[in-house]
Amino acid sequence: MSKVLVLIEVSQGAIANTAVGLLAAASRLGEPIAVLAAKPGTDLAAQLGALGAAQVYLAETDQAGELLVTPEVDALASAVEALQPAAVLLANSPDGRDTAARLAVRTAGALLVDAVDVKLDGQRVVATHSVFGGAYAVDAAVEGGLAIVTIRQGAIEGKAEPASGTVTTIPLTVDGSASAAIDEVNAATEASSRPELRGATRVVSGGRGLGSGEAFELVEQLADALGAAVGASRAAVDAGYVPQTHQVGQTGITVSPQLYVALGISGAIQHRAGMQTAKTIVAINKDEDAPIFDIADFGIVGDIFTIVPKLIDEINARAH
Amino acid sequence: MKIIALVKQVPDTGGERKLDASGLLDRDASERIIDEINERSLEVALSYKDTNKQTEVVLVSMGPADATSTLRKGLSMGADSAIHIVDDSLAGSDAVRTSAVLAAALKDTGFDLVVAGNESTDGRGGVVPAMLAERLGVAQLTHLNSVELSEGSVSGIRSTDNGTLTAHAQLPAVISITEIAAEPRFPNFKGIMTAKKKPVTVLSLADLGVETAAAQSVVVSATARPARAAGKKVIDDGNAATELAEFLAAERLI
Ligand SMILES: Cc1cc2nc3c(=O)[nH]c(=O)nc-3n(C[C@H](O)[C@H](O)[C@H](O)COP(=O)(O)OP(=O)(O)OC[C@H]3O[C@@H](n4cnc5c(N)ncnc54)[C@H](O)[C@@H]3O)c2cc1C
Ligand SMILES: Nc1ncnc2c1ncn2[C@@H]1O[C@H](COP(=O)(O)O)[C@@H](O)[C@H]1O
Repeated sequence: MSKVLVLIEVSQGAIANTAVGLLAAASRLGEPIAVLAAKPGTDLAAQLGALGAAQVYLAETDQAGELLVTPEVDALASAVEALQPAAVLLANSPDGRDTAARLAVRTAGALLVDAVDVKLDGQRVVATHSVFGGAYAVDAAVEGGLAIVTIRQGAIEGKAEPASGTVTTIPLTVDGSASAAIDEVNAATEASSRPELRGATRVVSGGRGLGSGEAFELVEQLADALGAAVGASRAAVDAGYVPQTHQVGQTGITVSPQLYVALGISGAIQHRAGMQTAKTIVAINKDEDAPIFDIADFGIVGDIFTIVPKLIDEINARAH
Repeated sequence: MKIIALVKQVPDTGGERKLDASGLLDRDASERIIDEINERSLEVALSYKDTNKQTEVVLVSMGPADATSTLRKGLSMGADSAIHIVDDSLAGSDAVRTSAVLAAALKDTGFDLVVAGNESTDGRGGVVPAMLAERLGVAQLTHLNSVELSEGSVSGIRSTDNGTLTAHAQLPAVISITEIAAEPRFPNFKGIMTAKKKPVTVLSLADLGVETAAAQSVVVSATARPARAAGKKVIDDGNAATELAEFLAAERLI
C-alpha cells in the first residue's frame, strides 16, 4: 500500500481538529502517516495513532511555533524524501496552504487546492473540487510528480480506524534566515457557546438589513433558538456589525449546512457562492425582488424586525 | 524601496462565471476586470509611497493580451510602471507554473517587497505568493489583515483559522493581504491622464527563459450541478412567521 503523508497542525498547544478528517481521507488512499513538527519534548505524537495514523514522523525543532510555516515545510520535505509517499494531504487553512505551496515548489510536485473529497483512480489520486459556490464539481489529478492536496475543513466525514501510530523521531535543523517569525498568537477572543461557523449544520446569517451592531443581536437570538452558528454578509462585516470571521461568501467562509437562514441579505452572487449548497435555504427580506429569493426554499417578503421575534417565539413554543 | 504589486485580471464576479468543457475558466463568459483584492494590495504599496516618495511601485501581471486595461487601471491609481507577461502557451497555467513565470520576471526586475492578494477571485488558490517566496528564497508573510512597513522589515496581523497572530520578516519578502487590509483609492483625473504615458514592458516566455515543469495538475472532469430552483415565497400578512415555523417543523429542522 502506498504511503500518504498528512501534515498535523498544532493549535494552542493541541492537535488541530483538522487532523481527524485529514487522516480519514488519507486512510482511503493508502497508509496514513502523520507528520508533525514540534519542539523537543512535546507530548502530542502519541495521540495520533488513535486518530488513524499508522506511523508518526515527528520532526523535533526548537523553531516549531516560532517561525511561520518554515518548520512544517522542512519537516514535510524531509518526510517526503525519507518515505517517498504517493500523496501529501494538508488542511486548506492559511498555514496549510502556505506549507503546501512551498512544498510543491521544493519537491517539484503539483498542487490541488481546496478539495472536498479524494479518491484513488488506479494508482492516481483524484481530488474533487466544488467551484463557483458549488455550481460545478471538478475532478483533478496530478501527472508526473508528487500530488499535494489541501482539503477543505469539515468536508471529509467520518474517522479512520485507530492504528498503531508508531512514532519515529528525527531532529530537524531549520534555517530561519529567510522566514517570517511569529511574535504573538491571539486566539479568537469570543469564547462562544455557539457552534463554529465552519462546518456548522445550521447557520443564521445577517446582512446590511440589520442596520446596526445592536440590532444584529436579533440574528444571534434566532441562531440560539435554532442551535445554529452565526454568519454575516460582507456588507454587515464592513459596517462593523460583526467580526470578519463571520463572513460567508466568496471571500469568506463557505458553508454547506442543512439549514441556512438569510436575514436582511440581498443575495449578491458573491454571498451565494458561500452558501448555495445548503440543503434548505430560508430568506427574509423586505424587497420582493431580492435575488436571494431565487434560491430560497422558503422566502418571506417582510420586515425582519417584526417576523424574527415571532419566529423565535414559535420555535420556543414548539420546543416545550 | 522597490515594491512589486502583483495584479491579476479576472472575470467580473458580478456576472455568472462558467467553466468550459475542459474545466478551464471560460474567459468569454464575463467581462474581465482587475481583481478587487489587487486594488487593495496595490493600495498597500501606494500608501507607503504616499509618505515615502522615493518608493518605486511596479505592477507585474501574467495574463492575456487584453490585461493591459488592468495594468492601466493600476497605473492610473499611482503605480510607476508595469510589466506584462503575455504568451499564448501560458493559457491554463496552474499555480506552480504561474509562480515559476512570475519568479523569473521578479528575479530580473529585483525588489524589496512583493505585495499580492491572499486569494485571486477566479483561481481562489491562495498559493502563488508562498510559491514565489520559496522560488525567490525570501520570507513569506501571507493573509495579512494589516501591514506595517519600514525600510528593512515588514510586520502585520495575519488571520488564521482560529484567531490572528502577529509576525514579522526582514526584507526582501513576499506578503499577501486580505480584503480588510486596505480600501483602494479611486484614480483621479491626473492619474488617468499620466497613466497613458507610463511605461508598460511586455515580456514573452522566451524573454524569461522558464522551463516547463515535470508535474502538473490536470482536470479529469467538470460537471455542472443543476441550478437551484426558487421555492415558496410568501408576503408577510402577519402570519408568515407561523407558516415558516410550520415549514421548518415539517422539514424536521425544529
Ligand atoms: C470581489 C468581491 C468579493 C465579495 N465577497 C463577498 C463575500 O464573501 N460575502 C458577501 O456576503 N459579500 C461579498 N461581496 C459583496 C457583495 O457583492 C454584496 O455587496 C454583499 O453581499 C451585500 O451584503 P447585504 O446583502 O448584507 O447588503 P445589501 O445588498 O445592501 O442588502 C441588504 C438587504 O437587506 C434588506 N433589508 C433592509 N432592511 C430590512 C428589513 N428591516 N427587513 C428585511 N429586509 C431588509 C434589503 O431589502 C436588502 O435586500 C463581495 C464583493 C466583491 C466585489
Ligand atoms: N497571473 C498572475 N499575475 C500576477 N499576479 C498573480 C497572478 N496569479 C496570482 N497572482 C498574485 O497572487 C495572488 C494570489 O493568487 P492565487 O494564488 O491565484 O489565489 C493574487 O492576488 C495576485 O496578487
